[in-house]
Parts: sequence; structure tokens; C-alpha cells
Amino acid sequence: MSTPQSYEAAVTGSPDQVAEFDQGHQSFIQRLQHALHVTPSLVPLIVLILSIVTFGALLGSKFFSPFALTLILQQVAIVGIVASAQSLVILTAGIDLSVGAIMVLSSVVMGQFTFRYGLPPALGVACGLMCGAACGFVNGWLVARMKLPPFIVTLGMWQIVLAGNFLYSANETIRSQEISAEAPFLQFFGEKFKIGGAVFTYGVLFMVLLVLILAYVLRHTAWGRHVYAVGDDKEAAELSGVNTDKVLISVYMLSGLICAFAGWALIGRIGSVSPTSGQLANIESITAVVIGGISLFGGRGSVLGTFFGALIVGVFTLGLRLLGADAQWTYLLIGVLIIAAVAVDQWIRKVSV
Amino acid sequence: MEPILKGRGLVKRYGRVTALDHCDFELMPGEILAVIGDNGAGKSTLIKALSGAVIPDEGTVELDGKPINFHSPIDAREAGIETVYQTLAMSPALSIADNMFMGRELRKPGWRGQVLRQLDRARMETMAREKLNDLGLMTIQNINQAVETLSGGQRQGVAVARAAAFGSKVIILDEPTAALGVKESRRVLELIQDVKSRGIPIILISHNMPHVFEVADRIHVHRLGKRLCVIDPKQHEMSDAVAYMTGAKEPEQEMSVA
Ligand SMILES: Nc1ncnc2c1ncn2[C@@H]1O[C@H](COP(=O)(O)OP(=O)(O)OP(=O)(O)O)[C@@H](O)[C@H]1O
Ligand SMILES: [Mg+2]
Repeated sequence: MSTPQSYEAAVTGSPDQVAEFDQGHQSFIQRLQHALHVTPSLVPLIVLILSIVTFGALLGSKFFSPFALTLILQQVAIVGIVASAQSLVILTAGIDLSVGAIMVLSSVVMGQFTFRYGLPPALGVACGLMCGAACGFVNGWLVARMKLPPFIVTLGMWQIVLAGNFLYSANETIRSQEISAEAPFLQFFGEKFKIGGAVFTYGVLFMVLLVLILAYVLRHTAWGRHVYAVGDDKEAAELSGVNTDKVLISVYMLSGLICAFAGWALIGRIGSVSPTSGQLANIESITAVVIGGISLFGGRGSVLGTFFGALIVGVFTLGLRLLGADAQWTYLLIGVLIIAAVAVDQWIRKVSV
Repeated sequence: MEPILKGRGLVKRYGRVTALDHCDFELMPGEILAVIGDNGAGKSTLIKALSGAVIPDEGTVELDGKPINFHSPIDAREAGIETVYQTLAMSPALSIADNMFMGRELRKPGWRGQVLRQLDRARMETMAREKLNDLGLMTIQNINQAVETLSGGQRQGVAVARAAAFGSKVIILDEPTAALGVKESRRVLELIQDVKSRGIPIILISHNMPHVFEVADRIHVHRLGKRLCVIDPKQHEMSDAVAYMTGAKEPEQEMSVA
């Protein structure tokens, strides 16, 4: 038999180093595309800086002051916290429509446990946090174990939690004066501190810390990598040894817990505990995530992007208001931004490497 | 000698499709067992039933003579069975190093690893690079490249490198050379021999008869969801094997029991 393998002999003597190529002349556009591909949060960062510069130029020191800029931070704190939770879920190729409802229910639990049952405020807060995590756990369990689509599960949870919230609270608001007199701890995240002309709240501080911690965890721990892997290709992740159910349940639970923290921050922001507050948190959080460049198909993007996305919305809202424009212009521009963000995402995706 | 991995009466149905029909299977210690069969014969389903990716409807699997019940591929991995699936099972948006260490990431030594749970990127990248070099995958330039930017063959190479690096008891390769070039296929065959010389048995699914006849100690011929016969490549021609697996020829009686 003339060996059928003889053609392989020619292989001996082929080079043995890692291939290297002259990169040639890459156009500026190509290099930009590449950079954006590697660092997805660059796009919202650029948009953020451009919008701050633009409004700064139009409005001068009225906008470009430590006071106004930190006011933006205060205004986006709640959405920023909720959007961080939403980012985690969307990175796993899911969606959490119940974030707003969980936030409100948790804040109501914190208030009612303190005032109705007379628990110490710290314990009331702890119960609210547990309530949020428990709602998240139910979401995660239904998604991971029952294999139900996240959209449906959290759509249902949204209704259930919101209805539970109204039934439990009997639609009753706990007034701000009462809280600051008897349980100021509930308003902790609303407390302000000044650095020069800049005014911060503990809620803002919490949002920034949360974003930084999540960014670290997602990038530098095994759990973070698994979150991306599950969102990227769940079956592949499963086959290559990731406990996908555990990852999904932990993500939804963490999302619920973070929403409960947002509920606590909400009490600080509005002063009172109101079962009708925070109705827009769902859509606003998804908006921040999308403008922040996280792919709704999962597995791509970063929580820093979401943070910038939330800030962009805040900058537009305040900037246009200071310009005296109709509030509808804000919504219109945000709408344009959402579509533009997705278009840019598609463009970046076309690049290889 | 007792088989290291043994399946008995394995059945797997997908609705009205029977992928495995009371299939038996044996892998002997230290051997290279090739599994051949037509498209859709049930080869991939068989190895998935052995690696925990599919839970058989009926039948038993034994590892080292002890019955096992894998509920997920993680269980099989913990038992030392490493698999390259036909679909490769990689996360496209993540890097080569991320993929190679998926589910068994290395953490930094000291408090950064223990308290902060920080991954040891540098060490994982160095190891991944070494494993790829072992396989001669010199055309991969950047270990931090996302897997989606690799060619099909490079992807396959990464998957094979991953299995070879971590398998300690059994390595299963489902068509590992299907997309590989001449040189890379040769390296995979060398790697298979190399793994064998470390005493680790291999299950090799392949449609490439010259490769199968070159490396296999025994050949499991799969047809219509079950083992038709096991043949010795030294005593049979490639044409026999092809005739059996396509049903053109019936194997002699004693071989069916082998
Ligand atoms: N997830 C599934 N759902 C439904 N049917 C399936 C599934 N996986 C496999 N099958 C069916 O089981 C049978 C065996 O498939 P399997 O993938 O095991 O074949 P194979 O021998 O690996 O083929 P190939 O050589 O093409 O890889 C096929 O008829 C296929 O249609
Ligand atoms: Mg197959």
C-alpha cells in the first residue's frame, strides 16, 4: 500500500513560532472599531463627555458647576442602582421586568416592618433586603429550573409583586416627617455631605461603589466570567463545566437584593415610603443598559457602560430642563439615543478581533 | 482485563426518534477506541450519555466497575472524563484563555485570590499558550483573542487542547479533526498517541478512515443507535469497516459479541 499519509511528510520543516504579521496601515476608523470592540463602555463614555461639553457650552456655569453636575448624580442614583441589577440579568441574555416592583415592595416592607410592627429600623431594612432577594430567587428559580423565558417570568412577577405591594401596604404612605422623627435610619441614603460646591448623598456613594464592585467582580472573578458565558451560549457553558442553574439563580437573586437597596435609597430620595413610587424604574433601567452598550442578546457589554448610560440620561434631562425646553424633547432625544446605541453595537460587532 | 468505562443497554429517545437503542459500550484501560458510523447513527448521543451531557432513558454506565449517575457534564469532569463535543462548547465572546479554564479558573495566590477571589490571568494565559504550542497551533497570535474571531479549525484546536490538558481518566473526542488542516490533524493524532502513552484511554469519533486505522486499537462500529460490532484494525480492511457501518455487509457472528 503506498502510504496515503505520505503527503504529510512535506509538513516537516514548517516554521515553529507564533505567527506575526505586519499590521499594515489600519485606517483610523478600523482602529476605532477595534478599540470599541475591546472596550464596549467606550461609546457611552464618549457620548457622555460630548453631551456634558455641549450642555456646558450652551449653558455655561449654570450647568458646568460642581453643584449641577453632582445634582445629576443624585437624580440618577436610583436608576443607576436598579440599572446595575438589570445589567447583570441582561448579561445572562435575560431581562428583569420586575426590578421596579421589587424595589417598591422592599421599601414598603422596610417602612411597614418598622412602623407597623415596631421593629428597630435596622431590622426593618434587613427584612426589606431579604424580601428583595427572595423575590429575585423566585425569578431565578423559575428561569433556571423551570426553564421559563425570563421575559414571561418577570412580567408575571412584576404584576404579582406590585399587587402584593398594594394589598400589603393597603395603599398607605408613611410620611416623611414621621420617618425622620422616629426612624431616620430609613432615610440614610438621602443624607447629604458636601465637598466644596459638590453635594453628594450616601445613595450616590452607594451607586458608585456598587458599580465599581460589580465591574471588578464581572471582570476578575470566576463567577463574573460565568455570567458572561451563560449569556453568550448557555449550552456551551453547561458543557464546559459551568453550573448554569446556579449562576442564573444567583444573578436574579443578586438583582433582587440590589433592587431592595434601591428601595432603601428611594426612601432617602423621596423622604417617605410610598407604594405608588418608582413606577418608571423598569423602563428607565432598561434604557440605561441599552444606551450603555450592553447587548440585549447577552454576553456582551459592561456595567460601567450602564453607569455612563444612566448618566447620559441624567445629563440630557437636566441640561434640557435648564435650557427651558419642553420635557418631551428629553424623551425624544433619549429615544434617538437608544436606537443609535443599538446601531453602534451592530457596527462594532462586525469587526473581527 | 476489566473495562474502565462500560455502558449497558443504553437507550435515549428524542420524541419519536430513537438515538440510542439498547447500546452496549466498552472502553479498555489505556486503549484508543475509535467509534465510527453513519451520520445520525447515534455516536454523539452515545458519548454524551457517557459524559453526563445526556441522561439516558434506560441503561447503566460504569466507571472502573462502579455504577455512576452523572447528572451533568460537571460530574463527569470531576470524575476525570474530559470531552471535546462536536459543537465544541465554547463561549464565542470570551477569550481563548477564559474558555480553556472555564469552570476551573485559577485564582491568584494569597489574599487576593482567597478574599477578593481574583483570577490569575497571567498564569492562565501562560498555560493556555503552552497547551496551544504543544498542539502546534502557532497561527493563533493572541491568546486574549475572542474565540469568535478564530477560524473553525483553530477553535477545534483550542477545544482539543483543553481536553488534553485536563483529562485524567478518559478523554472523549467527537470528530476532533473534522475542520483541521493537514499539519494540525497530524498534531492531534500525535497528541492522541501522547495521551495514550500517559496511560489515559481515548474515545475517538471520526469519519476519517485512514486516521482511525492509523491510531485505533479497536474500532466500535455504530449503526442505527447501537453497537454493531467491534473490529480489530490490524485484521480488517478499511473497506470492511465502511461496509459494516453502512450496512452493505453483515459482520460475522463472533465479532458482534467481541
Ligand atoms: N437534541 C436532539 N433532539 C432531537 N433529536 C436528536 C437530538 N440529538 C440527536 N438527535 C437525533 O438522534 C440521532 C442520532 O444523532 P447523533 O448526533 O448522535 O448522530 P451522530 O452519529 O453523532 O451523527 P454525525 O456523524 O452526523 O455527528 C439523529 O437521528 C438525530 O436526529
Ligand atoms: Mg455526531
